Amino acid sequence: MRSKSAPWVLMAPFLLLFLFTMVVPIIIAIVQSFLTVRRSGLVGEDGAVSHFAGLENYLAALTNQNFTESIARMLLFGVVQVTVMIVASTILALLLESASAKWPGLFRAAYFLPYGIPGVIATILWSFLYVPGLSPIVDVLGWVGIDVDFLGPSIVLWSIANIVTWTYTGYNMLIIIAQLKAIPGDIYEAARIDGAGPLRVVTSIQLPLIRPALMLTIIFSIIGTLQLFAEPQVLSTMSSGINSEYTPNLSAYAYAFQYNDLGMASAEAVIIALAAFILSAAALGISNRLGRKS
Amino acid sequence: MSTSSTASSSTTTQDPSTQSTGSPGAGSGRATRAKKKGRETRTAGTKPTTTIIVTALLVIVALYFLVPVYWVIVNATKSTEDLFGTNGFWFGHTFQLFSNIGDVLTANGGAFPRWAANSLLYSGVGAVFATYFAVAAGYALAKYEFPGRNAIFAFVLGGVLVPGTATALPLFLVFSKIGLTNTYWSVLIPSLLSPFGLFLARIYASAAIPDEILEAGRIDGASEMRIFHTIVLRQLIPAIVTILLFQFVAIWNNYFLPLVMLADEKLYPITLGLNNWRAQTDRLPEFYQLTVGGALLSVIPLAILIIVLQRFWRGGLTEGSVKG
Repeated sequence: MRSKSAPWVLMAPFLLLFLFTMVVPIIIAIVQSFLTVRRSGLVGEDGAVSHFAGLENYLAALTNQNFTESIARMLLFGVVQVTVMIVASTILALLLESASAKWPGLFRAAYFLPYGIPGVIATILWSFLYVPGLSPIVDVLGWVGIDVDFLGPSIVLWSIANIVTWTYTGYNMLIIIAQLKAIPGDIYEAARIDGAGPLRVVTSIQLPLIRPALMLTIIFSIIGTLQLFAEPQVLSTMSSGINSEYTPNLSAYAYAFQYNDLGMASAEAVIIALAAFILSAAALGISNRLGRKS
Repeated sequence: MSTSSTASSSTTTQDPSTQSTGSPGAGSGRATRAKKKGRETRTAGTKPTTTIIVTALLVIVALYFLVPVYWVIVNATKSTEDLFGTNGFWFGHTFQLFSNIGDVLTANGGAFPRWAANSLLYSGVGAVFATYFAVAAGYALAKYEFPGRNAIFAFVLGGVLVPGTATALPLFLVFSKIGLTNTYWSVLIPSLLSPFGLFLARIYASAAIPDEILEAGRIDGASEMRIFHTIVLRQLIPAIVTILLFQFVAIWNNYFLPLVMLADEKLYPITLGLNNWRAQTDRLPEFYQLTVGGALLSVIPLAILIIVLQRFWRGGLTEGSVKG
């Protein structure tokens, strides 16, 4: 006999935490994003009053050139970095599972290792390899006559992309490998009997069957791109190319803690979350449509 | 009867993870051989030249992933002078790894060990409780029929998609109202939630827990909580290990949340603390050596953990996706 309360008891701690640390903050962010604070007195010492401001904050955010530029920058970053990373993860996963590689366990561990290194620490590590005078890479490139400033305004975005790719390629590769391992052996057997070559196995069997894993990694990567914060924030003290509104998240952070404009910060946070939703939904939608066709 | 079926099925669920290490035991040995054989049938057509080319390619890629770690190991042994004066890819004139590490551990009145302990506290406590809560809720969603079940799942799934940084700012407002900011709780409480863990636990529980086991438990008169704690948790071990690892790494790597919540350096996790040191290198070059040493100390334990536990990570995820 099943008791009716059992599932609710099991879910209670999770749901309470979910309510307190996700639902309530999201509601507050939405409410805040429609408010504007007017301070009275010279430095606001006479108190501050919140007013309903309608879409004022959203309009301000979307017409703020720094913010729209940061979104455009993340779109460019996402299109290039996510593509490169997912393609690399897929190729590495296929190679490691192809059985023509030696010591796959060793390579898998080496590729996955950066995932355990926090973004901040990874950025500090890579910054050592970017900073002129400290970086052996800059030295070596200098010997052959190439002068690069990895922290220069035009390159620093791709230096950040490199750090993100370095951190997450192995992680995404493992998700894809897990799905590759789940392909039943008799499918390969059937393909072999039908005379399919290795390339044909990849394109007709492996790639279609790992589509769910690819979608998962792409969606998480899109969300990750929109959240980009630690890497540019750490590098900003070393690079003149990164201002305090370089990414949407840096912008929201700056408005909340430097400019003390919570309405604007909340509006930007809501826009970031909405963008993550829309892009993820779009990715899922495209995936489903492709799935129905094949 | 229910115990014997539990034991046998839990060994089979864990078998895939023993493949690479070849731990002793008849069951896993057989699995290793079966796996080897499967590998060989697929290897049969591979030419040795292909193997060499593929392996060479994989070595080059491995170099890319290991270069920063190699750099930090080499340069943690140098004096500040050598750090700038000698090539970063090889050792300097002096070897002072141990005195450097001593400096890291004692600088700022032992700040670094304190940050490390804080990181362990946040990640350890956070991951254990988050996993327990997520598994309990995921199991409930998978194995009980009740009104609102799908709605709750859809709601939580939405939570997976909301960027963590989007909730951190309003969470700061909530916590500052109730006086929780700049305390251990301000970082711990949000870390207790793992929507992704619930997602994994639900997939895994619906695949790995046969209704018959639960029914057998109920017939024996066990309460629902007892069934969960004695039968279900054991069945879910691979998923539990995976969620635990995920959450531990996620909390350990989190930067935005502690940055927003904490002002007191004593409460900092390693990430914030080390970046504090790095930020001071502009004015005080000796902080370069401290940052390099600190980076080494924070990378090594996690690197070992990742490599050792990698097989669990894989085992857990694979099982979930095979059947889910």
